[in-house]
Amino acid sequence: MIAEAGLAALWLAAALALLQLALAWFGLVGGKDDLLSAMRPVAVAQGMLTAAAFLLLITLFVQSDMSVALVATNSHSMKPWLYKVAGTWGNHEGSMLLWVTVMGVAGAAVALFERALRRDTHMATLGAQAAISLGFYAFLLFASNPFARLDPAPPDGQGLNPLLQDPGLAFHPPTLYIGYVGLSVAFSFAVGALLTRRVDAAFAKAMRPWVLAAWIMLTLGITAGSYWAYYELGWGGWWFWDPVENASLMPWLAATALLHSATVLATRDALRAWTIMLAVVAFSMSMVGTFLVRSGILTSVHAFAVDPQRGTFILGLLALYIGGALALFGFRIGTVREGAQFELVSRETMLVVNNLLLTVILGLVLIGTLYPLMTEAFGHKVSVGPPYFDRIVGPITLVLVIAMAGGPLTRWRKDRAKAVGGRMLIPAIILLAAAIAVSALAWGRIGVLPFLGLIIAAAVAVGSVAPLWKRNLRRTPLFTWGMVIAHLGCAVSLAGMASDSAFTVEKLVAAKPGETISTAGWTLRFDRIVPVAGDNWTALQGDMTVWRGNGAPIAIHPQSRFFTNPPTTTTEAALLTRWNGQLYVVLGQEAERGRWQLRIWWKPFVTLIWLGGIMIALGGALALLGRERRGWMMKIRKRSALA
Amino acid sequence: MKRALIWLPLLLFLAFFGLFASGLLKPDNRIIASRLVGQPLPAFSLPAAASDRPALASAQFATGKPRLLNIFASWCIPCAAEAPQLMALKQAGVEIDAIAIRDARPDVDRFLARYGNPYTRIGLDARSAVQMALGSSGVPETFVIDGKGKIVHQHVGDIREDDVAGILKILRDAR
Repeated sequence: MIAEAGLAALWLAAALALLQLALAWFGLVGGKDDLLSAMRPVAVAQGMLTAAAFLLLITLFVQSDMSVALVATNSHSMKPWLYKVAGTWGNHEGSMLLWVTVMGVAGAAVALFERALRRDTHMATLGAQAAISLGFYAFLLFASNPFARLDPAPPDGQGLNPLLQDPGLAFHPPTLYIGYVGLSVAFSFAVGALLTRRVDAAFAKAMRPWVLAAWIMLTLGITAGSYWAYYELGWGGWWFWDPVENASLMPWLAATALLHSATVLATRDALRAWTIMLAVVAFSMSMVGTFLVRSGILTSVHAFAVDPQRGTFILGLLALYIGGALALFGFRIGTVREGAQFELVSRETMLVVNNLLLTVILGLVLIGTLYPLMTEAFGHKVSVGPPYFDRIVGPITLVLVIAMAGGPLTRWRKDRAKAVGGRMLIPAIILLAAAIAVSALAWGRIGVLPFLGLIIAAAVAVGSVAPLWKRNLRRTPLFTWGMVIAHLGCAVSLAGMASDSAFTVEKLVAAKPGETISTAGWTLRFDRIVPVAGDNWTALQGDMTVWRGNGAPIAIHPQSRFFTNPPTTTTEAALLTRWNGQLYVVLGQEAERGRWQLRIWWKPFVTLIWLGGIMIALGGALALLGRERRGWMMKIRKRSALA
Repeated sequence: MKRALIWLPLLLFLAFFGLFASGLLKPDNRIIASRLVGQPLPAFSLPAAASDRPALASAQFATGKPRLLNIFASWCIPCAAEAPQLMALKQAGVEIDAIAIRDARPDVDRFLARYGNPYTRIGLDARSAVQMALGSSGVPETFVIDGKGKIVHQHVGDIREDDVAGILKILRDAR
């Protein structure tokens, strides 16, 4: 019954999306702005129906209803409660339902809360959102029905990939999707503005909070995903340049550029065409990423059940939406008046530089991700791995981070090069000091990129805080704080990355229980191997004691886990976090003569990578709050003035 | 100049679209066409890798009956994963020989005791020399050898459950 109700809710939502699109069409063609009030409840009902369908699917997973094919293939009645819920989106169909749910709810939010946009542009935006949703409803209903039944029902399910049985999965995909798919709102805004030829500062002001909200979630999602890969895969790395990771990074890069160009458009009414283009590109990257991951044309560790037919369907959607939006851009952008001009030395120029660098990085990541596909088209089989990305993307990122620190120190419209130089003096001195300090500490032991990363991080950290210099901190607007914290977060994250690649100490040993191993100031005593059992797994656990210098001993327990449904082995690394780094211990295979492979890493300041990510998201949240609060304040003031 | 720029994004997208479409239309090739397909097995003679199975030499393949040559190692995890499929092939009446790569006899014995032993003969290739001659780049890999000792097929990676039927068909056709 529940499955049928879910399916019915989806069909109804699709019908409402069609109605929403038709209302927008008649409203725009007939010039009837008042149809907007009819569109609002339709969009809200559509969002509620998708959310209901999603909740019903979660219910089916929690109840372990094995008569539903999706539950039977991805869940197991023995699974802990949390993972039954998380299992809902740990598969292709469920995650696509999450996708349309985010899209529907975001559309409902735009209908309910957006008040700054002109009525006709608002209508066109909601129409565009409905049009995109329709394609994905069709994909779900015709090619990936999550509610399909199995007859006869199997006695129990096949279980969830054990790598996914982790609290990280409960949190990471929904956050990522809200960001990833939330960018559809920016896309719809751009299409709406092109249709009604309204690209101006007011439009950018209206669009900015939506982009910011999606970007915050995307930042959190990527940060969480990176940490999850770091501790769950047991390889000690935090970013693998896997196609799926790139698929989430590319929309983030585009959205970051969009945030900054939207600020230029909102503040100075410049960069009109460019901002529209980025809004289209950001969500296009989300769609391309989804296509790459689910069509199976690239091999990835994250592969979903691959099905070329689904790939063809998504490719059709890509052609329709991206092709359509870019064609609309081509036809309409010529009629958009050119925006305001600006001088060479100005914050606008700095932001253009930032945008260009972000776009170049985006292009390089895209090419790197698609490279195997391109060479295959010419008959070679090549894959580009981390070496390509690290070497190519690393240096440009360093330049980008320097430009990031320079932007806020430059005035809008026109500034004097000398004055800007003067403001950059202190960060430049820090750069030199850091260079001397790091050289003295580790000359010859670290690579060029980590070296540059460390000293640039130090300088940029200071440069990021510089906009607060000589300001009354209590009267500094919240969005300025947001910018400072987000930029500082970038420097912190960069410091973590550089420190990890410069100073990580790795030790691989085959040890017998009873032996003691020393590395990087730590001593590890391998006490014994004990079998342990969990809800749906058994494990061999290494009982170990570690201490640093003469410090107190701490017990750690890395495991090698065997899951029965489906049969898989995972490593559960033992992590010990200290203020200045993390100790990372993995219990590997049994080697000959009672020895066990142990992998021990000491990673100085590695946690800064994710701390920086959280700071970036926090900065975004403060900026969002600050802008919105200013809006409320102005409204309240207006009201009291009228009274 | 400016007008051309406006259409550039669409053109770029169309190029990518073409790339994606060609990638989708091409059949999935987990099976790499080996240059050795159609060639006779390179000559080799290897010592026994397990205590209860005889040694392996290339001369033993021209028996008139097609057989499988499995490249594996006791230290290789995917090899353990493909063990049930090899047992299934063995039960279907297929004769399987094997080459253990960079291995030691006690390890091979322990591996076979744990995951089952579908092999008739196992040769030990301690330095990967025969593996190289076969054009095999990793473990596990499986070759189908016809009755005249010629290589007819190379399967790269572990044999999954849905590969079994295909391999049985190739064996039948190899007569």
